[in-house]
Amino acid sequence: MSLKKSLLAATALTCATAFSAHAQTTVTIATVNNGDMVRMQGLADEFTAANPDITLEWVTLEENVLRQRVTQDIAAKGGQFDVMTIGTYEVPIWGAQNWLVSLNDLPAEWDADDILPAIRDGLTIDGELYAAPFYGESSMVMYRTDLMEKAGLDMPEAPTWATIRTAAEAMTDKDNEIYGICLRGKAGWGENMAFLTAMSNSFGARWFDENWAPQLDSDEWAATVNFYMDLLNNYGPPGASTNGFNENLSLFQQGKCGMWIDATVAASFVTNPTDSTVADKVGFALAPDNGLGKRGNWLWAWSLAIPAGSDATDAAKKFIAWATSKDYTALVAENEGWANVPPGTRISLYENPEYAKVPFADMTLKSINQADPSAPSVQPVPYTGVQFVAIPEFAGIATQVGQEISAALAGQQSVEQALEKAQALTVDEMEAAGY
Amino acid sequence: MARGVTTQRKIINTTAAWAVGLLIFFPILWTILTSFKTEATAIADPPVFLAFDWTMENYTAVLERSDYARFLWNSIIIAGGSTVLGIIIAVPAAWSMAFVPSKRTKDILLWMLSTKMLPAVGVLYPIYLIFIRMGLLDTRLGLTIVLMLINLPIIVWMLYTYFKEIPGEILEAARMDGATLREEVLYILTPMAIPGIASTLLLNVILAWNEAFWTLNLTAAKAAPLTAFIASYSSPEGLFYAKLSAASTMAIAPILILGWFSQKQLVSGLTFGAVK
Amino acid sequence: MATQHSRSAARFMMAPAVVLLLGWMLVPLIMTLFFSFKKYLPLRGGDLGWVGFDNYVRFVTSSAFWPSVLATLLIVGGVLIITVVLGVLLAVLLNQPMWGQGVVRILVIAPFFVMPTVSALVWKNMFMDPVNGLFAHIWKFFGAQPVEWLSEASMTSIIMIVSWQWLPFATLILLTAIQSLDGEQLEASEMDGAPPLARFGYIILPHLGRAITVVVLIQTIFLLSIFAEIFVTTQGSFGTRTLTYLIYQRVLESQNVGLGSAGGVYAIILANIVAIFLMRIVGKNLDA
Repeated sequence: MSLKKSLLAATALTCATAFSAHAQTTVTIATVNNGDMVRMQGLADEFTAANPDITLEWVTLEENVLRQRVTQDIAAKGGQFDVMTIGTYEVPIWGAQNWLVSLNDLPAEWDADDILPAIRDGLTIDGELYAAPFYGESSMVMYRTDLMEKAGLDMPEAPTWATIRTAAEAMTDKDNEIYGICLRGKAGWGENMAFLTAMSNSFGARWFDENWAPQLDSDEWAATVNFYMDLLNNYGPPGASTNGFNENLSLFQQGKCGMWIDATVAASFVTNPTDSTVADKVGFALAPDNGLGKRGNWLWAWSLAIPAGSDATDAAKKFIAWATSKDYTALVAENEGWANVPPGTRISLYENPEYAKVPFADMTLKSINQADPSAPSVQPVPYTGVQFVAIPEFAGIATQVGQEISAALAGQQSVEQALEKAQALTVDEMEAAGY
Repeated sequence: MARGVTTQRKIINTTAAWAVGLLIFFPILWTILTSFKTEATAIADPPVFLAFDWTMENYTAVLERSDYARFLWNSIIIAGGSTVLGIIIAVPAAWSMAFVPSKRTKDILLWMLSTKMLPAVGVLYPIYLIFIRMGLLDTRLGLTIVLMLINLPIIVWMLYTYFKEIPGEILEAARMDGATLREEVLYILTPMAIPGIASTLLLNVILAWNEAFWTLNLTAAKAAPLTAFIASYSSPEGLFYAKLSAASTMAIAPILILGWFSQKQLVSGLTFGAVK
Repeated sequence: MATQHSRSAARFMMAPAVVLLLGWMLVPLIMTLFFSFKKYLPLRGGDLGWVGFDNYVRFVTSSAFWPSVLATLLIVGGVLIITVVLGVLLAVLLNQPMWGQGVVRILVIAPFFVMPTVSALVWKNMFMDPVNGLFAHIWKFFGAQPVEWLSEASMTSIIMIVSWQWLPFATLILLTAIQSLDGEQLEASEMDGAPPLARFGYIILPHLGRAITVVVLIQTIFLLSIFAEIFVTTQGSFGTRTLTYLIYQRVLESQNVGLGSAGGVYAIILANIVAIFLMRIVGKNLDA
């Protein structure tokens, strides 16, 4: 009797384990609709073929909608997603709240030591890696070699803002729709304010002093914004105040920009002959400085993270380890060529002689290594983040500040007015947050 | 028509009306045309109207990337389900308001409409929390309920205005013949109100199909309708006008076709009691 | 005519709709009120205690508040004026004898079927883009400097986009109303030699009063809460931040649920002011 019972129990157990081993785990992935992510989605069949017990569900959204959805979900603990695509801004904030699953236990062959230190540090809080970088970027100057030559100028590898201004002036030819410089003007913390915050670092400005007092009324900010305004008003394209990354990319590809200071990942788009009319005429340089010891380049990594409370943590980890692995890099290289490999995350990629042939590889690495999130500005600051301030209120504040500056760029108010309003609203928001 | 309309006047009318009609329709036409262009032609300067190499590559690309059928199916279920559910709940209410009016009937009606003025963004957080608690996030059922509630006031009002136009004497006659309340509603009222109900149905399918706040914020993968499909094509890296146009065309085509085929019903009933 | 019996039956039949809507109104409303008196910051640990009317004061004293109310009213008012005026003209035109009336009507109502997100995307990218947009091409063709629609004329652009979406609705209702107009009355006046303008002013327009009221009421309800059109195009820049959008920024961008909820309460108050105002007119008009 008792034997029969235990036999039954054993059978049941085996059945149960057998069943659970074959049970499908669904991993719901929220991701952004940029080229690299869409490509990854296309290649994910390789992953599911190797892991037949895992089903992937994709929620692909444009950046703004994605951010809104995942933030809402994690803040309300909705548990809708098992993998979220987030950036270096969200990771420290969410990680500190223990909302993300630590990825310290990814398999050894994932090789955490191979991740570029600048990127890895931004995703690590108190020794716990909370997100795996899918691609990393900094910003740099992309310029038209032919136009520089025509203007009789030479772009140094590490230009100053004054050099940029001279070059912009020399290249501008408005009659032929060639604008010396294209920069982000569209309002948003991830649009114009990402650029301006990074730029302001090189002008010695900072968002907050050591006591969290907003500093937008400082002379350094005025100098930054005035210089930016002067560049765009005189040598920029029409409608600069609504141009974001996409719009500038398209302008540059159509040969309408002399220079463009933006994300290093743009380099692969502007040098891609199928989309770009100027593919073979693009040079790269470090983001400019003002001789103060900091350059105006940022640091960002689109990363994959697992929200705490996900019911498919193990499968999600498997997927993340696959998507951010060296093997994935090799897979893309094999299918689409080295230029389309997700850049900016691994040391080994930059040591690869094949990848070294890619024209922008070297400058991308140098730019990433130039950025220092823990000491972004010339002056001391209480926060981390180069083109952002890693506090939850920043996205809201910077978007509103960005709207004031965008309005100034559109000629609807002066720089002084814009910064005055920006300072007031920042003070107000910081008060509301309890600083 | 024996009215003395001169041919000349008719020509002028026709020309003017067609010009205005085409002007209003043009953005849609342009989107459809662009969806058959290559990305390069889509932003060509000067723009090309018809003389380009028509291509299906955008549609292929979109279909390859997203599971269009699933988004479409979700849209159909959610829009259709919420409308049908809404009508089932609204018919009795509209009936009683129209035929047994009390002093407060109009207040109730106007109050119902006023619930539509709640700003959705303001209550997103509470609703999200309730949905988590009830396990309704990313379910078609949850969305169906929310969209039903959003459109219920419109449904009640539309039905109320139709029912009011049905002469009460007919109902009284039926009542004299011993018809029960149920029979009255089912066999007399409803058939007479069919055009009205059809039009209500259509309008609400359209409204529910196009609702883009709740459908986006309360879904992830399983219940996401076409509004979420569009959100994965808007503003990608680079300008992909042709692909955006293809995705847009695919998102609006089903409802556009439905609308066109049923426009007679829609139009005949779409009065909201505006016509006496 | 109504007996006690039919009255209670009526109440019973009305119950599901009333109860559901009451729930849909009260539950979120009470939760919103609850949050609005709290310092509630999800990204800082959630509930940080009661703060009295702090959120209300902060929301209303923010420099963005009054401009957002103004922007809301401007958009609602602008769209209403455009759709009603053009709607009447279009309805009169479509009511004339012509060839292919059915097809024209289809063309005119088509925008109503387009998702707000899609129409905003199409207008923003393919028409209003200052470099690649169709308008820019047209302007350049005539040798003019392309307009930077979404920054230079942001409000106009949004009103244009929204009007395009709602014009069909207005036209349809007004057209149905015109068609119900007694043809003989019109004919008689035509025989009497009344000029077209007089006919329009003295016969058609008064007849449309009720239809216009309905158009205004329904559209206001929808326009007060427009969101997608702004989210896709300007994201609230250049003076297009409506009250709804301001609340969105507080709740979702700043993740300040307490402050946003207080804003939500203000929006409800604004909606109700508009509603009472409207209901007065409509109530009167619907009685007749």
